Amino acid sequence: MDSFTTPLLAGTATGALLLIAALGLALTFGQMGVINMAHGEFLMAGAYTAFLTQQVVTNADVSILVALPAAFVVAGLLGLLLEVTVIAWMYRRPLDTLLVTVGVGLFLQQLAKDVFGAQGDPVRTPSWLEGNLPVFGYHWPYRQMFTIVLAVVALAALAALLKYSSFGRQIRATVQNRDLAETVGVRTRAVDRITFFVGSGLAGIGGVAVSLISGTNPRLGTAYIISAFLVVVAGGLGQLKGTVIAAFAVGIATSFFADWTSASMAQVATFALVVVFLQLRPQGLFTVRSRGLA
Amino acid sequence: MRTAVRTFGPLVAIAALAVLLLVVAPAVLSPFRLNNLGKYCCWAIAAVGIGLAWGRGGMLVMGQGVFFGIGGYAMAMHLKLEAAGPEGVPDFMMLYGDGTMPVWWEPFRSGAFTLFAIVALPAVAAAILGYAIFKRRVKGAYFAILTQALAVVFATLLIATIQETGGFNGLNQFTFFFGYNLYDPVNKKMVYSIAAALLIGCLVVVWQLYRSRFGELLVATRDAEERVRFLGHDPANVKLAAFVIAAVMASIGGAMFAPIAGIISPSDVDATASIFLIAGVALGGRALLLGPALGALAVGYGRSSLSESFPDQWTYFLGALFIVVILLFPAGLGSAFGRAAALVPLPRRKETTS
Repeated sequence: MDSFTTPLLAGTATGALLLIAALGLALTFGQMGVINMAHGEFLMAGAYTAFLTQQVVTNADVSILVALPAAFVVAGLLGLLLEVTVIAWMYRRPLDTLLVTVGVGLFLQQLAKDVFGAQGDPVRTPSWLEGNLPVFGYHWPYRQMFTIVLAVVALAALAALLKYSSFGRQIRATVQNRDLAETVGVRTRAVDRITFFVGSGLAGIGGVAVSLISGTNPRLGTAYIISAFLVVVAGGLGQLKGTVIAAFAVGIATSFFADWTSASMAQVATFALVVVFLQLRPQGLFTVRSRGLA
Repeated sequence: MRTAVRTFGPLVAIAALAVLLLVVAPAVLSPFRLNNLGKYCCWAIAAVGIGLAWGRGGMLVMGQGVFFGIGGYAMAMHLKLEAAGPEGVPDFMMLYGDGTMPVWWEPFRSGAFTLFAIVALPAVAAAILGYAIFKRRVKGAYFAILTQALAVVFATLLIATIQETGGFNGLNQFTFFFGYNLYDPVNKKMVYSIAAALLIGCLVVVWQLYRSRFGELLVATRDAEERVRFLGHDPANVKLAAFVIAAVMASIGGAMFAPIAGIISPSDVDATASIFLIAGVALGGRALLLGPALGALAVGYGRSSLSESFPDQWTYFLGALFIVVILLFPAGLGSAFGRAAALVPLPRRKETTS
């Protein structure tokens, strides 16, 4: 039982982290066709926000609750800045946005290295997240469970925003048909900016969750960005459920592969799995049906 | 006259570059600088392939480090075995393992097999991956992300297999290059010349490809894939061919990089290294003939000189280079110069048009 529950539960937590990271990506990629490779660095910014919050609010029990909204705002503002200064100038050049944001990512990574040092800093766990819950012989750390709760809350909030609010309707209208949305009076550029803020902010929340598990590190973003993108690719664009299923599938699969072989072989196996999966469904798990040729 | 200039003008430019690299550079540069230039040439060889796949084919290959690495490690394994002598085992295997050599190292004792593997291994790997991706019409950003993921996976795998590939340290300390002692400056110069000659050779190959029917088809596929399909061609085959050629060129670059740099390690082939290769192509002009090679030489030179004076700041420059070039000069500096030159009414132009 042990060899089954351990990777399953740990993998679910990994999947939850991937989900938070991928939600923001899917949002910006799906809506604007913008591939933001600096998204991983926004994750890192969230982790450093958690670290900095602990320097100000020394009580670890409270600081994490301050860090979550703070990280959302910090990463969100970074995203907004990126949108306004760079990405706004290059719509309809999606591959080029990819390269530009790679440059931004490199820049932010080096900046973090210079400001905080190449070595990572630890982030203290609040006492109410210490300890674990024994499940079938696996001591499931509360921190991992917290990640899952965080992912579920983020997902529910985002889904509710998209489904019920008028802003959500505007986002969906822009995704489905930008020109038509504009015609009926949706200010698509404003929608883009807010979407980018929200999507990047989610990365900040993910960063706080990561910092609880592995502390901060200038290269923290690179560890997650590729997996998160594989999740988005495998999940397909336009619908959150694809991202959700793909995130947990990738997280759990990686965890099982790592259990059977090694952490690095698990990466290889997961990559192969995604390539094989794309043979079956080149557009990903779910996709918005269209009559377009692509 | 005009068509002759258009057809053979690029050849003259390639010849000029050949003279610069093969005659002028060895005469004026110190051995250290010449060796550095050799490294830039290796990156430029890979960049020429990226120009083909990305500039002409529209496939953003973000994992060329993998193929660079396949060639580099194949060559390095041979050099390592050559240094160990017949029946010998590479030193790091004694250090990290029990001194037994994995079976798949054995064929690399043969120089002929190594040269064959440098071309065949990346071709087969790229063909399998490309077939899987292109036939299912996965393209654009999806393709770019998959290739980058490949680079991440490859580097992780190398780091994890310290007993087989030297892990994080990579393979280094080569003494012989196909029988020639690498500590001899004359032989060093010879290795440089081979790399520079290979770069020129690759340029001639893409020059011929660009003016062939295949080159036309590749550009057509980049600009309107559906129309190419409706005309009865299979765009997947066209892209696959370009991807495989680009992979082989990257591998050749990597193979020459190992003896020139004296080391090949995961940091030479990982995702960041792959992005670095793209930087030169973007700077020089992805769709031009000479753009990728000249851009790669320039970025390579920039990297050496900047890391000499500001070791940590190099990454800022690389990041800023991407932002500025892609944002302001999406077609590269080469095209920007070309457009600026077109604004100036040259007398020569009038002659050719009359």
